[in-house]
Amino acid sequence: MANLTLHDVRKRFDDVHVIHGVDLEVRDGEFVVFVGPSGCGKSTLLRMICGLEATTSGDIHIDGRRVNDLPAAQRGLAMVFQSYALYPHMTVRQNMAFGLENIGTPRNEIDARIGEAARMLRLDQLLTRRPTQLSGGQRQRVAIGRAIVREPKIFLFDEPLSNLDAELRVSMRAELAQLHRRLEATMIYVTHDQVEAMTMADKIVVLQSGRVEQVGPPLELYNSPANRFVAGFIGSPRMNFLPARVVTATQDATLLELEDIGPVTAPPRAGLRSGDQLTLGIRPEHLEIVPGGTGATVQAVEQLGGLSYVRLSPHDIVAQIHGQTRLAPGDAVSLRMAPDLVHLFDAEGIALPAALLIAA
Amino acid sequence: MAEARPLNLVRMMAGRGLAAAYAGTMNILELPMRVAQRSLGPGLAWLFVGPNLIVFSLFTFLPIVLNIWYAFSGSTNLLPSQRPWVGLDNMRALLSCQNHFDPSSCQRDLFWHGVYNTLEFVVLQVTLMVALSLITALALNKKVIGQGFFRAAFFYPVLLSPVVVALIWKWILQRNGVLNGVILSAGGTPFDWLLDARSAFSWTVFVSIWAHMGFYTLILLAGLQAIPRDVYEAAEMDAAPPWTRFRRITLPLLMPSFLVVVVLALIRAVQIFDEVFVLTGGGPGTATTYLVQFIYETGFAQQIREYGMASAASLLLAAVLMLLTLAQLRLVRRGNG
Amino acid sequence: MADATEASAVPARGMSRAAIFVAATRGRHGADWTDWASYVYLVFGTLLMFVPVAWLALSSLKTQAGLDQMPPTVLPYEPARAALPGRPGEFPLFRVTKGDHAGQELAEVRRIGLQAQMVDPAAPAAVIRVPVSDREPVMRLHAAWDNYSAVVSRFDFLLYFWNSLFITVVATVITLLFNAMAAFALSKYNFRGRGTVFALILATLMVPPTIILVPNYLIASQLGLVNSLWGVIWPGVATPTGVFLLRQYMLTIPDELLDAARMDNASEWRLFWRIMLPLSAPALAVLAIFSVMWRWNEFLWPLVVLSRSENFTLQLALNSFQGELTTSWNLLLAMTVLTLLPITLIFLVLQRHITQGIASAGVK
Repeated sequence: MANLTLHDVRKRFDDVHVIHGVDLEVRDGEFVVFVGPSGCGKSTLLRMICGLEATTSGDIHIDGRRVNDLPAAQRGLAMVFQSYALYPHMTVRQNMAFGLENIGTPRNEIDARIGEAARMLRLDQLLTRRPTQLSGGQRQRVAIGRAIVREPKIFLFDEPLSNLDAELRVSMRAELAQLHRRLEATMIYVTHDQVEAMTMADKIVVLQSGRVEQVGPPLELYNSPANRFVAGFIGSPRMNFLPARVVTATQDATLLELEDIGPVTAPPRAGLRSGDQLTLGIRPEHLEIVPGGTGATVQAVEQLGGLSYVRLSPHDIVAQIHGQTRLAPGDAVSLRMAPDLVHLFDAEGIALPAALLIAA
Repeated sequence: MAEARPLNLVRMMAGRGLAAAYAGTMNILELPMRVAQRSLGPGLAWLFVGPNLIVFSLFTFLPIVLNIWYAFSGSTNLLPSQRPWVGLDNMRALLSCQNHFDPSSCQRDLFWHGVYNTLEFVVLQVTLMVALSLITALALNKKVIGQGFFRAAFFYPVLLSPVVVALIWKWILQRNGVLNGVILSAGGTPFDWLLDARSAFSWTVFVSIWAHMGFYTLILLAGLQAIPRDVYEAAEMDAAPPWTRFRRITLPLLMPSFLVVVVLALIRAVQIFDEVFVLTGGGPGTATTYLVQFIYETGFAQQIREYGMASAASLLLAAVLMLLTLAQLRLVRRGNG
Repeated sequence: MADATEASAVPARGMSRAAIFVAATRGRHGADWTDWASYVYLVFGTLLMFVPVAWLALSSLKTQAGLDQMPPTVLPYEPARAALPGRPGEFPLFRVTKGDHAGQELAEVRRIGLQAQMVDPAAPAAVIRVPVSDREPVMRLHAAWDNYSAVVSRFDFLLYFWNSLFITVVATVITLLFNAMAAFALSKYNFRGRGTVFALILATLMVPPTIILVPNYLIASQLGLVNSLWGVIWPGVATPTGVFLLRQYMLTIPDELLDAARMDNASEWRLFWRIMLPLSAPALAVLAIFSVMWRWNEFLWPLVVLSRSENFTLQLALNSFQGELTTSWNLLLAMTVLTLLPITLIFLVLQRHITQGIASAGVK
């Protein structure tokens, strides 16, 4: 168990910059999730932390010790790989023992640790099997077991659930969260799936093109995304973005004109002047549809029973309705949004801060 | 079952013993390799390719350079520093003939006999062998019952050593051999198969085909089996008769394997030596003396070892092989493109 | 399913059960003439491949006298002999072809000119006179195993066998190790010069050993390897085929496994022998088969580098004996059989692996 600090960490492959100066602090016992679209550099960052990838510049500290020049094996970390990377020619027991043998752990100590990990992960019956004789979920547990027996300072997970089917993924998610509570260990978890990030993380790090976009607890990212990218990445279905023009901006409210839709009122923001071009963001679950009226037309309706998605024109707006709906394609509707659930982004995509939202 | 158990135990013990020996040997190198890893860093890769590169340098790269020096230097000394430069003398000696189509008019008639014999041998042997291999592969690919057995049967002679192959056939073909025995029983007259120039030559072609065709059959068969079944089914749906299917589907899709087989067979045929050397010793006369035998005899089997002459001949042979290999590369590239 | 319906349809046409079995191709149609032609061809070819070897094996069990028979017999025979009560020793048996005793098998006790004094082993008291021309020797099956014991005891067969075995085993182990090390670096490390090294190794595919015979001999002699088994072993251990084959295979082993091992505190060397080598076992097996085949059968280079007979490999010994022993084919044949036996046994056990392995390697 340990804490981890990254200071201005950069990575370059020849002329290609893949990590542009990342600063990050991971506290003891935290479950941190790196999330971002594929190619955002999250896996590279993880591999730099564990020492499989060299750092071009910047410092990585584990428990206050600079580890940049330590080889992977000596950083005291353990990794669970996307493909599990179980040694196919070794049994489950041998897979778990390999790392301990390499550092000369006494035989009885190895057996004790494997026994404990196997009990915890319900692998007792599988210790003599080979990886090819295991199901996906079992392999996953062996990979985790291999990390546990090492008693690492930090657990690293590289998209560990992406090879499992949907159902198994949900149950493994819960199992991992439980494991984290039980071990009280520091864990860093990489995924491209924002649902995994939201459900498991103490702290989410959103990455894009090698830059950290925002760091914070899941709900903070949901409630007050720092920019358009985070707003669009966190939450499903993704937030609707509508082009808007400021009509009037006062201390009490901002009156906006939505392109092709009509006027809407938003909470006040500092520094706005009439005529400014903005982007308004509203999550599908916060969008209210009123039958009749003007502003939007229903394009398609997806009824899921418990909830319904309504696709609207213009701007390909998606609204989520609780329960079922009688709306049909072609219906004219008007849109309503609660002012304090509206997000505003400037032309660069940076969120305009609203004191009101934090209070909410 | 009672007998099976001790056997399994023996097998297990042997396995354990081997594994322990393997681990023990490799562990000896653990410490030096760890030190090397720490001090060399990424240069460790060179330590891994090192042993191979050293052997290659000593026994392939350096010899190539030396071979050129030998070819252009004279005397019977083996040490390169003691060999005087003679320029093109060796080449000239090898190549000078009054009439290039009549080997006996050449200064080095044995060389020219070797060249012409090898040429004839290569053309005959490669054509016949590739054709037979293709026929065998096609027959095997018909999903016959016992395919594995037939495949193994045709492959078996490939594993036999050239000396053994030669002795097997020498025993059959000698004057008191079984072939003459059969002919005698059938009322014919026995014949000295290996003492007649034409017959000896034909038998060297036959024996080398017998010994090697299994290998090429195997490659062609693998090529045939790599052709997806549904292509044939589609062709059948398109009402293509069997012969059309063979010509328009099998042959084009087999082309890459076929070219590999032809060039490999050519490269090997040009270097024919072992079986023939034991079977006929190059005779009768010079009827089955091929190029490599000339090199061997000139360089190593004569009283006076003419290293320069042997190397000059090697150089010419190397040029031919280079051409063949380049041809293969071009064909393969065209096949891919 | 198609097979079953075809097979059940055939008996209606009145074919025998054996014919159904042979004709049951796995195709969707029944047997046509090409199938029959294939079988005829394959059976003929198989006979052509096996009969010469079988003939060698049978011949090796004949005595020199049996070998001299013309036309030869298929099985090894020798003249039969019988013991006679009251007379010491054994006497050759003959079958009488003419006269009163035609058809009887008698033992010859003495021969005087053109007359033989013969005795019926069943009634040894009476001596029968038979003209020599009216009888023929009785032959009986007899395997002359003493050919083999003679080869082993009279010649240094065991020494040559040991030389061949030593060269084959040691060279194969070194070949596997060296080639695997190079292939590992070439497939899993990104180092400056990797492309050049790989290209150089591939280029040596174009340089068969036959064309660098002379300089190789020089280098072997400078290194003191002439007339040493190591002189046969070293030049051939770095095979471009092996490096290429293993590299291609190792490329398919995921890098994540190596990363996992690195996280597991394994040194690069440990990673090589604990992870990489075991996982490359299929490719290593193919290379091992190739190497054993090359080394056991190698001829020209040993012929050049080994000139003292105590260093001969089996192949060289065979070659030199076939020059010296042309009068005692029985020994030469026995020795030939002993030389092909190890490879044959390996092939019998590993037949499927060998053919499949070589097919897969050959295509690449």
